[in-house]
This record gives sequence, C-alpha cells and structure tokens, in this order.
Amino acid sequence: MPKVDPLAIRQGDRLALSRALTLVENNAPESRELQSALFPFTGTAHLIGVTGAPGTGKSTLVNQLAKHFRLAEDSKPAPKVAIIAVDPTSPFTGGALLGDRIRMGDLSGDKGIFIRSMASRGALGGLAHNTAAFVTVLDSAGFDLIIIETVGAGQAEVDIASLAHTVIVVEAPGLGDDIQAIKAGILEIADILVVNKADRPGADNTARALRVMLEMAQGKNGLRSAKGKHAFNSKQASGSSTQPAAEAWLPPMHTITATEGKGIDALVADIQRHADYLHSSNLWQQKEATRLRRDLEALIRDTLVHKWRMELDQQQFESVLSDLLQRKYSPIEALETLM
Amino acid sequence: MADKKIRVLIAKPGLDGHDRGAKVIARALRDAGMEVIYTGLRQTPEMIAEAALQEDVDVVGLSILSGAHNALVPAVIDKLHQSGMQDVKVFVGGIIPETDIPNLLALGVYAVYGPGTDTQTVAADIFQALHPSDN
Repeated sequence: MPKVDPLAIRQGDRLALSRALTLVENNAPESRELQSALFPFTGTAHLIGVTGAPGTGKSTLVNQLAKHFRLAEDSKPAPKVAIIAVDPTSPFTGGALLGDRIRMGDLSGDKGIFIRSMASRGALGGLAHNTAAFVTVLDSAGFDLIIIETVGAGQAEVDIASLAHTVIVVEAPGLGDDIQAIKAGILEIADILVVNKADRPGADNTARALRVMLEMAQGKNGLRSAKGKHAFNSKQASGSSTQPAAEAWLPPMHTITATEGKGIDALVADIQRHADYLHSSNLWQQKEATRLRRDLEALIRDTLVHKWRMELDQQQFESVLSDLLQRKYSPIEALETLM
Repeated sequence: MADKKIRVLIAKPGLDGHDRGAKVIARALRDAGMEVIYTGLRQTPEMIAEAALQEDVDVVGLSILSGAHNALVPAVIDKLHQSGMQDVKVFVGGIIPETDIPNLLALGVYAVYGPGTDTQTVAADIFQALHPSDN
C-alpha cells in the first residue's frame, strides 16, 4: 500500500482520500501518523447522523438530503457533502453486503459529494469502530457536511448520539405498536424526528403516536429531555456556569415521502436551524468536548487492552482458564490471579 | 495489516432488466468473508469508476446480460484507469459468447464467468488474483 500524503487529502485529491480511509479502516500502522497530521485541520464540519430501523428509508433520505444541500443558496458556494453509510458485518463469515449506494444513484457525477460504505466489523452500537476516525479524515478534506447513516438500528444502537452534532431518527408506518415508541433508547437521542413513507397507510397513526411521546417528554421535564443529552456531562455543564442556560431545543417532527422528495425542504431548514442553535447556545463546543473525551478514553482503553494482551503469559492464561472450567476459581478470582 | 478485508464492487453497466446473477455473486462473496458493495441496475461506466474510487475496492465485478460487453467493458476499464485505479482487478459475468472472451481477457479482465459457474470458484479466483504468491 503506497504512502498517502496528508496534503493531497486536504487539497481534495479523491484517490488519496479514499486510500486514507482504507488505511484508517484497516488500522494500518501508517494510519496513526496520518490521522495525527490531519487532526489540526478538523472541527468545522457539521456531523449529521441518520438512524432508524431497517427499511425505514434512511438511504433514500440521505440521498435527498445530500441533493438538497448541494443546491447552491444565493451567492454562497454549495457545501461539500460526505456520506458514510454503515451496514452490518456478518458475525459468521466476517463478510458484508453494503447496499446503501443503490439508493444514492442521483449523487453520482457530483465532485462535491463523496460516498463511502463501511462495514460495522463487529461493533454493536450502529457504527463501526473507526467511523469517528473516518470523520476526522473527511473533515480535514474540507467537507462541510458529513452525513453518517447507521446500521439499521432498533432500540439501543445509540453510538451516533455521541458522534453527530445533529441526530435524525427515521421512523416509518407499520413497524410496531406505540409501545415501541415508549421504550427507552433511540427516540431519546433524536434532535429531529422524521416519519418517512407518509404516502403509506398508517403514517398518520405513527406520526400521532410519536407526537404524543414527544409532548409527554417535553411536558414532564422540558429542559432535561431536550437539553439533557447535550449536557449529560454534568460536571462540565455546571463548570461553564458563566454561560446563560440555553433555551431548550424541542425536537421537531417532519412527515416526509423521501422517494418523491416531499417534505425535504422543511427538514433541511430545521437541520440548519439546529446547527445555528448549537452554535449560539455553545452546545456545539460542549458536544465536541464530550466526543473528544470519549474518543480519548476509548483509545486509552484499546491501547491498554492491546498492551495487556502483548504482555500476557499465554500458558498461565490457559491454565487459569482450565481451572475456571473445573470451577476451581470464580472469574473474579481468576482475574486476581492474572492481573 | 491484520484487519484488511477484500473489498469488491459488483456493478451492472448498461440496460439489463434484472440483477439476479449479480445478487447471487454478491451474496456468495459476502459469505466468503469479503465486503461487497452493490450499486444496483443501470450504471454508466463513469458511475462504476467513481464508486470503485470512493470505495477503494480491490476488485470490480461487472455483470452484463445485454450483449453490450464489447463496448461496456473497455469503457469501464478506461474510466478506472483515468481515475487512478490501475491496480484494481476486473472480472466479468453474464451472457458472453465464447468468441468474445479472448478479447476481454486481452483488455485486462482476469476472468469471464458464464451461467452455471460455481460461486466458490469466483471467490477462490479473487483470492488468487489478489495474492498470486499464496498458491
């Protein structure tokens, strides 16, 4: 694999960018140096997460969003858009079928758009381990908007909440009763809720059930529900007490038909409004701080585990394991023996 | 690079009406542990080369049933080279007359598969094409 020049990436060389993503995805040794070289040039892109159950129309929506973002506004140049589309890796074969591009044919031929499919490679939170590192590379390459489409996520795959600035949760009619909406998890991470497939029967019911959920959450503890997740690092939030408490963001709900592009204009406007809100309330900075803290902690954890594995006495490990199997030890006692 | 996976783009250039064969191959290669990107029907050579570049694939598999392979295959290979993807390996599957196969191989295609090909052969050939020294 040839060495990739960080400058080429920043100057918009698409082949260099693509090769860099491969190095990062494969944890290649040279990717560490590369990421360090690129990191100073990041921090400006707006990260938009799109998540929801399989078959709700996430890819079709991402296609529409990217198309709309690329329509130049007045005299401003159209923003450059990158898309990271994550699909699951088979736990049995390690292979993956990455099919999100099928819905993104409209975007072909536009040099202001870069789409990369990513297999989850065993990660369980709806993203891959290296999705955050992909964001670093794409951000440094000058993409203004980075749309991250998660694995078709059900209820607990909420990693996207700590990565993206703006999380869009996509629902569709006919996927479950209203109890599904009451369960904890994915709805709580939404900055914007979308009911797609509005042309299908039952869309009104789905929208109504979600609206009730939203109103309950907002009525009960308006500040916490809307603002809580942005400021869940409470120490940090209280530490910056010179900042006036931000006006709470109440997640809006949009009913759309992504295949026909219906309702996309208003959705795009709300995404922009959310970015403005994050900037004006200083939550953008707080989110960045939380994200970088998590990234650093994950890096430390991975490095310690790796180091421990390297130093491990494999023979001792196997013998402890065998004792464990015969119930001579408990797992906790085994841990004390080994560490 | 212990974490390296083989990435394959399965693409359908031209105006074919169905993609059953392409999906069978995509599924088989997934089951062989590869990461397979499938882009759907009616792709132009430009679209295929662009997808191959963005996805940084090792292999491109072209599925062509329409009989237009003599025009489409060179066009795709040309676009791949223009975008700097000279190293990518290309195979072709579909309805290809015997007499056209030598021509395609001369263009740099490493294999041509007809109906009834064992999918395990396709996977094994990919390993062979990428790591000729291993066998």
